[in-house]
Amino acid sequence: MSFEIPIGPQHPALKEPISLRMTVEGEVITNADIRLGYNHRGIEKVAEEKNWTQNIYLAERICGICSHSHATCYVQGVEKLMELQPPRRGLYIRYLVSELERVHSHLLWLGVAGHEAGFDSFFMYVWRDREIVMDLLEMITGNRVHYAINAIGGVRRDLDAGQKAKVLEGVATLKKRSEYYLNLGGTEPSFVARIAGVGRLSRELAIALCATGPTARASGVARDVRKEDPYAVYDELDFEICTADTCDVLGRVVVRIKELLESYKMIEQMVRNLPAGDIACKAPRKAKPGEVVSRYEAPRGENIHYIRANGTDRPERLKVRAPTLGNYPATVEMLKKGFIADIPLIFAAIDPCICCAERAVALIDARGGETAVVRMSDLRRQAIARHLNAPVKGNAAWPL
Amino acid sequence: MAALRTILYLLVYPGVLFLFAYSTFCEWFDRKAYARLQNRMGPTHTGKFGLLQPIADFVKLLAKEDVVPAAADKGLFAVLPAIALAVVSTAGLLLPVWNFDLARPTWTSFPGDIIVILYLLSLPTLILFLAAWSSTNLFSTIGGARVLTMLFGYEVPLFLAVLSPAILADSWRLAEIAAFYQARPAYLLFNLLGFLVALVAVQAKLERTPFDIPHAETEIVGGTFTEYSGKKLALFRLAFDIELVVASGLLAAVFLGGFPGGAVVGFAHFAVKTLFIVFLLSLLRALTSRIRVDQVVSFSWKVLAPLAVLQLLAAILLKGFLP
Repeated sequence: MSFEIPIGPQHPALKEPISLRMTVEGEVITNADIRLGYNHRGIEKVAEEKNWTQNIYLAERICGICSHSHATCYVQGVEKLMELQPPRRGLYIRYLVSELERVHSHLLWLGVAGHEAGFDSFFMYVWRDREIVMDLLEMITGNRVHYAINAIGGVRRDLDAGQKAKVLEGVATLKKRSEYYLNLGGTEPSFVARIAGVGRLSRELAIALCATGPTARASGVARDVRKEDPYAVYDELDFEICTADTCDVLGRVVVRIKELLESYKMIEQMVRNLPAGDIACKAPRKAKPGEVVSRYEAPRGENIHYIRANGTDRPERLKVRAPTLGNYPATVEMLKKGFIADIPLIFAAIDPCICCAERAVALIDARGGETAVVRMSDLRRQAIARHLNAPVKGNAAWPL
Repeated sequence: MAALRTILYLLVYPGVLFLFAYSTFCEWFDRKAYARLQNRMGPTHTGKFGLLQPIADFVKLLAKEDVVPAAADKGLFAVLPAIALAVVSTAGLLLPVWNFDLARPTWTSFPGDIIVILYLLSLPTLILFLAAWSSTNLFSTIGGARVLTMLFGYEVPLFLAVLSPAILADSWRLAEIAAFYQARPAYLLFNLLGFLVALVAVQAKLERTPFDIPHAETEIVGGTFTEYSGKKLALFRLAFDIELVVASGLLAAVFLGGFPGGAVVGFAHFAVKTLFIVFLLSLLRALTSRIRVDQVVSFSWKVLAPLAVLQLLAAILLKGFLP
């Protein structure tokens, strides 16, 4: 018996709205279909209305987990456009926050993977340890989620000796714990039984479908912007690209935990070799006409921002390609021939950040299936009409 | 006097009232142990140490809106939670806690009651399947299919494991089995393997991690319970709590030497032994991740069933050799 099950737009396994339509035979998936556009916020359009500095904070709000990735990717591009050379100390602090963010993002993902597999103890332990890195980020930047440490031409805040010591101390603790999780995640029989051999993506398919980040690296594709196109400080750091050749969810877990260990290595190097000097240089208000593509290795994969300037104080165009978007075609392939029980695991294994990837929206008639283009003024008229026709609701009574 | 005793037995201890209070306590204990194993606090605020939290949850659910899907089989959908509760409470009466006389079998303790209690503990699984099927939800239907698939896995090892101590004791009556092992405590060691098998099978029967597949939240939302809400869900949850108590009571009676010493000492035995088993079940829940339904079946038949058969053989052989 073949039937369709809808996973999403609202589903406990999904933290953000996306629609996965699975055609299943019994417990086996025969076909998968992904529908996007439930969380489109029109960020690219808003960016054209804001000036270069305001857009840092807008770019940061593209994602709630890898907020720094988008802000940094944008700032890198703008600095290239303005031909600015930020001071070394500023760059070190900026990419120190980048690596701390990668640690927090990977720990978050690890916990989620545990929860999707029904391994809640793992989830609770990992998220307890994630607090350490969240506290470090708060200490350095003042915020837990949207750090807002970037400025065009450097960073906003300096690091003092006490903070450096605390970062090293926190990282030392996390290192020990991560080694334990690497051991646990790779050996706990019931967990491994769930994730080994699940969601296979061969090396050839990973390349053909343009998978990025840990998803590609778990299929044996050693692709990492930090190594192959080293930006800013990464050519001075000693680290390795982590890959796995199991091509399954287990590989993605192992790759991410190994990346954690590499990040700790980089954080230690950056803190110990922090150069002296200024943390930022003065940025001009306007950028010369031109265009730039900025690449950045976000925790989820390669993040690309395309920025075009027309000589004013605001961008003419900002185009964002979030890493999750690059991984969707591979996800469809991974889901096929899997079990229903594997859907949350396979989908979570690309570490989806759904609203990051929402760059467009299509209006499709739910009954007829026709697509339509609706003008903003039409939408507004419809909204007013609906409001006027809505039944009168009883006024809430507030006795006190 | 006998009638009064029976009424007390039915309504107070270990009847409905006691089962309600004790099963909520066991739920609290399970939640607390599980939470502490995960570095959390667990229930803290409702009552001393959060002891009243399960009761508060029960009352809260009773007060919630009760929605019945339009496409559901309304009668069946409504009556199943009550049947589940009745069945597991009835099973609770058969535990040899207090109201039994070894010399004279009564209707709560008779030769063959071990079979009846196993049968009564199997019924909730079928009720769950019917509940899932009658609610017609897609996720429930998948959950219901998973309930039955799992049943075929763990039921046989559970029966084999629980019945082998009975074979060694040469009785089908729980009270006599318990008395046999009370007289020869060293014999309990022979059944250790069966105890482990039964523990895992009971975990599967109660649908707790790693066997919480029929209501795996991240896969099929609420699974069997997707459409249940309000009073009906409250009754189902209570039925599961009571099933936890009865199943641990059964394991305690068969594998841990029962509950000797009349009403008071017997109760102490009952509390300590069932809590010990509940703790083991919590430990298992905290240490594992959910496996797939096909893995449950293959695990049951490749690991649990052979071990249970081994236990059965051991019981039969031992019976021939031991005095």
